Amino acid sequence: MSNKILTKKALIPGQTSMLVIDCPQIAKKAKPGNFVILRIHEKGERIPLTIADTDKEAGTITIVYLVVGKSSALLETLNEGDTILDVCGPLGKATHIEKSGTVICVGGGTGIAAMHHIAKGHHLAGNHVVAIVGARSENMLLFCTELGYFCPELLIATDDGSTGHKGFVTDLLRERLEQDKDVSEVVAIGPVPMMEAVAKVTKPFGVKTTVSLNSIMVDGVGMCGACRCSVGGETKFACVDGPEFDGHEVDFNELKMRLTQYKEEEDLSMQMFRSCSCHGE
Amino acid sequence: MVNKQNFTPTRTPMPEQPADVRNKNFKEVALGYSKEEAMAEAARCLQCKKPFCQKGCPVEIDIKGFIKHLADGDIPSAYRVIKETNALPAVCGRVCPQESQCEGACILGKKYEPVAIGRLERFVADTFDSDSACEMITGHTACSLPNDQFKVACIGSGPSSLTVAGYLAARGVPVTVYEALHEVGGVLIYGIPEFRLPKDIVAREVGALWSKGVTFMPNYVGGKTITVQDLFDDGFDAVFIGVGAGLPWFLNIPGENLVGVYSSNEYLTRINLGRAYEFPKYDTPAPKAKNVAVIGGGNVAMDAARTALRLGAENVYITYRRTQEEMPARLEELHHAIEEGVQLELLTSPIAINGDENSHVKSMTLQVMELGEPDDSGRRRPVAVEGKTKELEVDMVILAVGTGANPVLLEATPGLDLNKWGYIVTDAENGETSIPNVYAGGDIAGGSATVISAMGAGRRAAKTIADKLGV
Repeated sequence: MSNKILTKKALIPGQTSMLVIDCPQIAKKAKPGNFVILRIHEKGERIPLTIADTDKEAGTITIVYLVVGKSSALLETLNEGDTILDVCGPLGKATHIEKSGTVICVGGGTGIAAMHHIAKGHHLAGNHVVAIVGARSENMLLFCTELGYFCPELLIATDDGSTGHKGFVTDLLRERLEQDKDVSEVVAIGPVPMMEAVAKVTKPFGVKTTVSLNSIMVDGVGMCGACRCSVGGETKFACVDGPEFDGHEVDFNELKMRLTQYKEEEDLSMQMFRSCSCHGE
Repeated sequence: MVNKQNFTPTRTPMPEQPADVRNKNFKEVALGYSKEEAMAEAARCLQCKKPFCQKGCPVEIDIKGFIKHLADGDIPSAYRVIKETNALPAVCGRVCPQESQCEGACILGKKYEPVAIGRLERFVADTFDSDSACEMITGHTACSLPNDQFKVACIGSGPSSLTVAGYLAARGVPVTVYEALHEVGGVLIYGIPEFRLPKDIVAREVGALWSKGVTFMPNYVGGKTITVQDLFDDGFDAVFIGVGAGLPWFLNIPGENLVGVYSSNEYLTRINLGRAYEFPKYDTPAPKAKNVAVIGGGNVAMDAARTALRLGAENVYITYRRTQEEMPARLEELHHAIEEGVQLELLTSPIAINGDENSHVKSMTLQVMELGEPDDSGRRRPVAVEGKTKELEVDMVILAVGTGANPVLLEATPGLDLNKWGYIVTDAENGETSIPNVYAGGDIAGGSATVISAMGAGRRAAKTIADKLGV
């Protein structure tokens, strides 16, 4: 595996970028729903990122990341031709995809990238894929062109109303579910509050709802239990039992609180990174 | 017979960092013998006709043989003898439970203190140096030339796989070792802290294997990045599975998912593999707390507790449901832990972890226990004292209650027979699994055990593979 960055594209300048990385071994095996764990430099931490796309022939995987903390800020400093120190994967259980009829894929923010891979999988399995995407404003929407290629319906919501529906993805989802009683599944990937809201909306409709959990992880192969979450009253590991789970069974409050575990340390790292030009090394 | 003239009843003391200094740093606790000290200790060996120590060693090192050379000051010969059967003496000299193995069987121990076999093994391994990778691996200057006719793969890079790689590399067989994490060494890297096993020691052993033609492939997850079938499709002649038992157990008690509750695996992996103790110089954050409870009484519990002290905790408690007598940890580690300030909360078993308004751990409720009748293992069984509990104020809880078989590779390997606990069924003699040319050893084949028993299994499997290949 060379882990060389072949393409880098700023999707939202300074905030969200896309990398196409040369990883033939991972590309060969990766399926929608899988993720990788990256380490950017010798002193770096292991960070999980969902695979947004693969090209098996070219031997590449695509990842999309939001610059939030030190590690993603460091990743952002890499350019085409640079090499990512470690790329490990594909990890996690692949999305369960079968021909089932109409599938609604809901994506929010950077989650649209991961949603895109799953929507593509459902499309290739012969499903009618409805994509509902949401962001703060028009210039923060991702993958709309690509989704347009294979989603017969693409519904857009923005907080500021700069394009599409002014409001939340859940408004569009509720409307769509009311119109169509034959939706076989709803898949939601995005910020935790969004996934929680989606699960709330779909519950009365009794539609199977899959969410993808972005828990804190260390090894990503079921060894540490950092990513544990409660699903249907049982403890599961997001890295090996998931990351996708039944949205109606997930304890979102627990997930939200566990995600804040290293907040202080993350802030300190970021502060140090911002205050020096040495990339925090 | 004890030669009374120059007989020393007590063993040569091991220089150590003072307890109140070392509990604030991650440097190695025991500093190792000087040559004079090692030779003096070696001279205590009676050179028994029937060396019980050798029988007590899972890989049957010719202990009296290497000690004889050492007593004569001949370190290269001593090294060669050890390396005949033990691939990782610098590791074993540090982490083996010698008191229940070689030293436990030493005849001197009946009346006096047994010969410090572990310390001598460590001294020989640390002191011997050679530019020849072959000599570092086998102690001999002549190894077989590379033989490209065959190739063998190991999945997992812990002690069992390193043993397989060393054994086959010495016979010229190219070995490729796949490792899921980014660093090579398995539990020796992510599990055992620097203060007990410096990473440089592991790196030296791994480095010698690299030089002898072993290829290490980090970031390859067995069952995900590559499967056993992929390896055979790639032309490997045999596959050795040494993936350890890395699935952490939890207790299923209320509050276990609160913020501030960690598995020992997460805690130690962050610290050891991620070097979180050097945060923010390293990016992996180390969870910190004032009052820490570690649940369990094994070596891993000791490692976690001693690590927490080094990270600045004011009070670190080890809660264990039996008494100190029954603790499975190595005696030396328990003593070191107590010296460093770890407090024991014996005869207690956690029944709930309690959180504050932010879902952060604030205390733990412990059931008070007493010892009842002996169970099948011969140890007296802990029994709850009806209605008697106590509250321990802590802001972090680390669970070191054991691990099980990680299913990632096993689920991706059809045809592999597992026992009722989920471990791989192997032939005890040769390590063969239910799949032809697939071998397994270490914790994944027998459940959590010691480094040396994993190495013993690796050695048996490697010998079988070598015999089959005719090398």
